[in-house]
Amino acid sequence: MLRGLHFDIAHTLSVSVLLFSFALLYQRRIMGVLNAFALQALMVAAAAAWQAYSQEAPHLYATAGIALVLKALVVPIALKRIIMRLGIHRAIETVIEVNGTLLAGVGLVALSILLVFPVAQDSAALTRENLAIALSIVLIGLLMMITRRNAVTQVVGFMSLENGLVLAAVGVQGMPLVVEMSIAFSVLVAFIVFGMFFFRIRERFDTLDLQYLESFRGDRGQDHRP
Amino acid sequence: MIAAAIAVGLQLGQLLLVLLLAPLLTGIVRKLKARMLARKGPPVLQPYRDLAKLLRKEAVVAENASWLFRAAPYLMFALLWLAAALVPTFTTRLPLSAAADLIALVGLLASARFLQALAGVDVGTSFGGIGASREMMIASLAEPAMLMVVFTVALFIHSTSIPAIAEFVLHNDVGLRVSFALGLISLIMVAVAETGRIPVDNPATHLELTMVHEAMVLEYSGRHLALVEAAQMLRIMFYMALIASVFVPWGLAGQGARIEDVGIGVAAFLGKLLAGAVLLAIFEVSIAKMRVFRVSEFLGVALLLGLLATIFLYVSQSA
Repeated sequence: MLRGLHFDIAHTLSVSVLLFSFALLYQRRIMGVLNAFALQALMVAAAAAWQAYSQEAPHLYATAGIALVLKALVVPIALKRIIMRLGIHRAIETVIEVNGTLLAGVGLVALSILLVFPVAQDSAALTRENLAIALSIVLIGLLMMITRRNAVTQVVGFMSLENGLVLAAVGVQGMPLVVEMSIAFSVLVAFIVFGMFFFRIRERFDTLDLQYLESFRGDRGQDHRP
Repeated sequence: MIAAAIAVGLQLGQLLLVLLLAPLLTGIVRKLKARMLARKGPPVLQPYRDLAKLLRKEAVVAENASWLFRAAPYLMFALLWLAAALVPTFTTRLPLSAAADLIALVGLLASARFLQALAGVDVGTSFGGIGASREMMIASLAEPAMLMVVFTVALFIHSTSIPAIAEFVLHNDVGLRVSFALGLISLIMVAVAETGRIPVDNPATHLELTMVHEAMVLEYSGRHLALVEAAQMLRIMFYMALIASVFVPWGLAGQGARIEDVGIGVAAFLGKLLAGAVLLAIFEVSIAKMRVFRVSEFLGVALLLGLLATIFLYVSQSA
């Protein structure tokens, strides 16, 4: 019975992380996206803490702490301040309609379940489901990066992708702490780099809409050459 | 003989219970909302007084209204009363339990909605038409989502009968099921859309371009309006009772229940209704109404959650 409850709570927490991935796709305002992202990171922290408790692996508490402090607090607050300072347009422009993206998201969930289940046939049920959910979070993060034009939302998509990776890492028994730490810090570094990029892009183009950058792409810029 | 008399008594009690409590439920939600917005609000019993007043008033019918316009309120009211009375509220041992099938209930609600939309376009005013067309748009999106939830529950329990589902949840250690959690959220979203609450429709407004339900019933007055309003109150009651009996059936008097158990069942049902009213009021004051064209996204999410619930049901079952 206790085993069953452990499983159910872990399962529910990982599915709620997945739900916040969909919430990220559903939002129409940048502030809403950041709030949803903070809540997703909170859920990741809760999932990690629960795994630490149920696997009796104290180092996972460190993962939970990193997720809580860095991704649920520092990154969203910092991104909000950047947006305030830049004073950019706060509505989200989408490449595909919201409903279409959501449907694509469900397709990705089904795809990752179909992918993971045959591969991880021999492992425990919890590991298998966790991997499937983590993979779908990663794929939805990628989907968000593809379908949103604004640079801020692309960064959030990247970070939610990383949330999926952390979720996969805590679900698998015996993942060393070093790996998780390196993932967490590399994301933080990436976030700082992105932050600098925001200012650069903004300075040059007066907008964070990446559409304006596309004319500089190699394959389209051919006719500019002499 | 005595058993049969008790059974019929319970069924009649259930019929009266839902009918008598529905206005009170609406009154409590209105009062709570008003208090949360730092207003005094109308008394809790105000909906009863409104209905009584409307029943005494003369019913004015437009000149070009057909028989359908006059018949629709009675039929709607009857359909919704039946639907609300079929859901097990305090006991699963009712004579009409056999008819309390989820798909049949979806059908009853759809028929009521169909009649309402027809009555809305019958008089030929522009408001009735726009309300009916929006109502149909919402219905066409909400019904698939609701059916997805029904299918999820039916796949898991192998039954669409609500008493059977409630008994199953009561007597088996279901645990914390992700599919059920997703289904619950989806069903709540559908309920919000179908009962015309904020963020889909504003129940407190009468003249606004975004209204849906009020636009359809704008032409009604007197006893017709009373029936339409009562039907709307019964609809809220129906969804609360449905969610309570499928997802939190604890307290329901089940097989071989004694008279004390029925008492406990009624008390538990009242408690669940009060909790539902508080949650609905908090939900409604904390968000704003959305644009009509965003409703499709809102209900798209409900459908998506239903789909995810089904997907994860298969995942957990194969585990």
